Amino acid sequence: MSAVKQDYIRPVDFKHGRVDLTHGSGGRAMAQLIDELFLHVFDNEWLRQMNDQASFSVPAGRMVMATDAHVISPLFFPGGDIGCLSVHGTVNDVAMAGARPLYLSASFILEEGFPLADLRRIVESMGRAAQAAGVPIVTGDTKVVEQGKADGVFITTTGVGVVPAGVDISGDRARPGDIILVSGTLGDHGVAVMSKRENLGFETAIESDTAALHGLVAAMLDAVPGIHCLRDPTRGGLATTLNELARQSGVGINIRETAIPLRTEVGAACEFLGLDPLYVANEGKLVAICAAADADALLAAMRGHPLGMSAAIIGEVRQDANCFVEMETAFGGRRVVDWLTGEQLPRIC
Amino acid sequence: MCLAIPARVIELLDDSGALVDIGGVRKEISLGLVDGVGVGDYVIVHVGYALARLDEEEAARTLALFAEMSALETAEAGHAD
Amino acid sequence: MPIKYVDEFRDGRLARRLAEKIAAAVRPGRGYRFMEFCGGHTHAISRYGLQDLLPPEIRLIHGPGCPVCVLPIARIDTAVALARQPGVILASYADMMRVPGSKGMSLIKAKAAGADVRMVYSVTDVLRLARENPEREVVFFAIGFETTTPPTALLIKQAAQSGIENLSVFCNHVLTPPALRGILDAPHPGEGLALDGVIGPSHVSAVIGTRPYEFVATEYGRPVAIAGFEPLDVMQAVLMLVQQANAGRAEVENEYVRAVTPDGNAKAQALMEEVFELHERFEWRGLGWLPASARRLCGAYAAFDAERRFAVEAAVVPDHKACECGAILRGIKRPQECKVFGTVCTPDNPIGSCMVSSEGACAAHYSYGRFRDQMAVNA
Repeated sequence: MSAVKQDYIRPVDFKHGRVDLTHGSGGRAMAQLIDELFLHVFDNEWLRQMNDQASFSVPAGRMVMATDAHVISPLFFPGGDIGCLSVHGTVNDVAMAGARPLYLSASFILEEGFPLADLRRIVESMGRAAQAAGVPIVTGDTKVVEQGKADGVFITTTGVGVVPAGVDISGDRARPGDIILVSGTLGDHGVAVMSKRENLGFETAIESDTAALHGLVAAMLDAVPGIHCLRDPTRGGLATTLNELARQSGVGINIRETAIPLRTEVGAACEFLGLDPLYVANEGKLVAICAAADADALLAAMRGHPLGMSAAIIGEVRQDANCFVEMETAFGGRRVVDWLTGEQLPRIC
Repeated sequence: MCLAIPARVIELLDDSGALVDIGGVRKEISLGLVDGVGVGDYVIVHVGYALARLDEEEAARTLALFAEMSALETAEAGHAD
Repeated sequence: MPIKYVDEFRDGRLARRLAEKIAAAVRPGRGYRFMEFCGGHTHAISRYGLQDLLPPEIRLIHGPGCPVCVLPIARIDTAVALARQPGVILASYADMMRVPGSKGMSLIKAKAAGADVRMVYSVTDVLRLARENPEREVVFFAIGFETTTPPTALLIKQAAQSGIENLSVFCNHVLTPPALRGILDAPHPGEGLALDGVIGPSHVSAVIGTRPYEFVATEYGRPVAIAGFEPLDVMQAVLMLVQQANAGRAEVENEYVRAVTPDGNAKAQALMEEVFELHERFEWRGLGWLPASARRLCGAYAAFDAERRFAVEAAVVPDHKACECGAILRGIKRPQECKVFGTVCTPDNPIGSCMVSSEGACAAHYSYGRFRDQMAVNA
C-alpha cells in the first residue's frame, strides 16, 4: 500500500471545472482558487504578502483615482476580452488626467457555473495587460453569486496615479480657438464587439482597439505639458465625449467629417447595421484639446507613438452658449452631432 | 425604402443564401426574393434579404450623368426646362 | 478601399455642382415644396446636411414614410401585451424597442420588467428562435412598408412549409401608395395642401416598381421623382422635380434606375399577394384611418396571425392634444411650430409619432437642425 501524500490538495480543475458557491464562501476552496489563479497570474510583492489590502508609498503630487465596472458581453471578442479591457479601461481613466498610473485593484463577481477555463483565460489576459502596462494589480476581491445573477463575470477595477507638476487637464478647460485631435481610427471596438453578438455575424478583419494609453499620454505631455483636455471616447463614442467636453467647458465645437480617421471596414459595418460611427465605442483612443499654437507639436508627438500613428486634427472649439457640437459633413452640408438618445441599436429604416 | 445597401455577391450558398461583401465586411444574406443573381453581381440588401439586383450599366449611366454635369459651367445651366 | 456604388454617390464635389444647377434652375420668387416620403431620405437629408446645399426656394417636407412613426399607440400597447403573455418570446426589430405606448410603456421597459423581448436583425433570427425554443410561442412584431413585407412573407411561408407551429406574426405592414393618397387627399380647413412634388422612396420602389405612383401625376397633377437614397440621388431627384414643376409637367420619373424598374420585383410582389390580404381600413398615427392601407395574413396563413392566436383587446388610444404630428406629416406645419417641440416632446420623451423615430420629422430636426433655430433666435 503506498503512503498517502502529506498535505495533498487536489489542484483546481481549470480544464473542466466550474465556479461554484464554495469559491465565494471565504473558505478553503476560495483560498485555493485565489492562490492557484489570481496570485499565480498576477504575482507581485504586494499580493505575496497575502493581506486584505496593499500598502505603498506614493510620490509627491496630486493623486488621481478612477474606477470602472466591466459588464461587457460577449466576454471574448476579436482583439480582446473583459480581462484586458478592465485593465486598459482604468489605466486609461487615470491617464486621461495626465497622471502616471501606479497601481490597480480588481474585484470579481463570478456567476455560479462559469467555466474555470474561461476564468483562467480572462485572468491571464489581465495579467498580461497589467504587465505590459507596467501597472501591477496589488489587491482584489472575489465573490460568487447564484446562477443567473451575473453575466459570467463582472470585473471592477480601480486605479491610482499621480499627476506631474505643471499638468492641469480637465474637461472644463477647453477654450474658443483650441484645436481638437483624435489619436486614431474610430469605432473599431464597438464594431468588433457587435460582430460577435449573437445576431450580427459577419466576418471582418476588425479587431477591438483596446490598449493602455498612458505611454501615449506621457509622450504627449512631454511635447505639450499644457494640454487642456483629454478624454477617451468609450461608451457613446466620439459624439458623447465631445458633447460632454463642450458642456463642461461651456463652449461649442466644430468638427469636419472628412478629417475623422475611420477604417473602411468599420464604415461599411456601420452602414450595414445603421450605426453612426460617431457614437460607437472605442477602447484604445483618446481625444485631446490644446491651444492652437500647440497643435502641430502635439500632433507630431501623437503620430510618433505606436498608438497614435493615425492621429488627426478633426476640428476646433468656438464660442457657443448652446454648447452645440456641429459637423461639416463630407458632402458639404452641416449637421449637429447631438447627445445619444437611449442606447444605440441597429436600425432597419 | 430605408437602410438598404449595395453589396457584392461573392459566394452562393444553400437554401437561396449568399455571402456578400460590402467594403470588406462579409455577411450571409438571403436571395429568396430575387431570381437570377450570380457571383459578382451587386444586390440591394435590406434586413438580410436582397431586394433587387443593382443594374451596373444603369449605375454607370447615372454616375456618368453626374460626371458630365460636373464638367459643365454654372452659367450654362440657365433656367432649365 | 471605397465602398462601391455608395461612395461615388456621396461625392462632395459633385454635390456642389448639382447644387449650383438646382440654384440656377429655380425661378426666383417661386417656392417649391417637395415631400420626401421615405425615412431613409429623411435620414440622408439630415445626416449630410442637404438642406444647406439647396436654395431657400426649396423646402423639403418630411412625409410619413417611417413605419415606426405611423404606428398608432394602441398597436404598441398590443405588442407589449403580447410580450407579457406567458410563454411568449416577442421578437422585434430594434427600431420599435424604445417607442413608448400608453403610460410610457415600451418594449424595452417591458423587457426590464420581465417580459421576454428579443431584438432581431432579420426574419431568419425569428425562425431560429422558434426552432430553438419549441416549448415557447415566438411572436414576431412585424412592421414596415413594402421593403420589409416580402421578408415577413417568406418567413411565414417557410414556417408553414417546415411545420413550425410555435410562431405567429403581429402584422403591421403598411402600404406606400395609399399613404401618399392619404396625404394628397387631406382636407385641411383654410389651407390647401401646397405640395409641388414627391420624392419617391428608394427601396419600396425597388419592390413595387414605378407604376403604382402614376396616380399622383394623373389624378393629383403632381410630379414624382423616385430617388436613390444617397445624397447625390436625392439632389438629382430634386433637380428633376424643379424642372418638371417649372415646365408644368406631372410625370413619374425614375432617378434610381440602377435599382428600380417600372414593374418592380415580381417575385416579391407575388409572395406578398399569396400571404397577405388588405384590411378594409387601418389607423395611421397622425393621418387617421386610411382605406386598403395595411396587410393582414390570409387563407391558410391566417393561422400564423398573432391577433387571432392570442386574445388581445383592440383599443383606440388618441394622440396627445398638443401634438401637431398630423399637420407636420402633411407638411402644413414645421416641427418648430409645434408648441411641445423640444420642450415636453423630445427624442428621449416622445409625445407623438414624428419624434419617436430618428427618421421622424421632429426627431430629425431636433437632432440635426435645431441649432439653426437657435442661431436664428440669437442672431
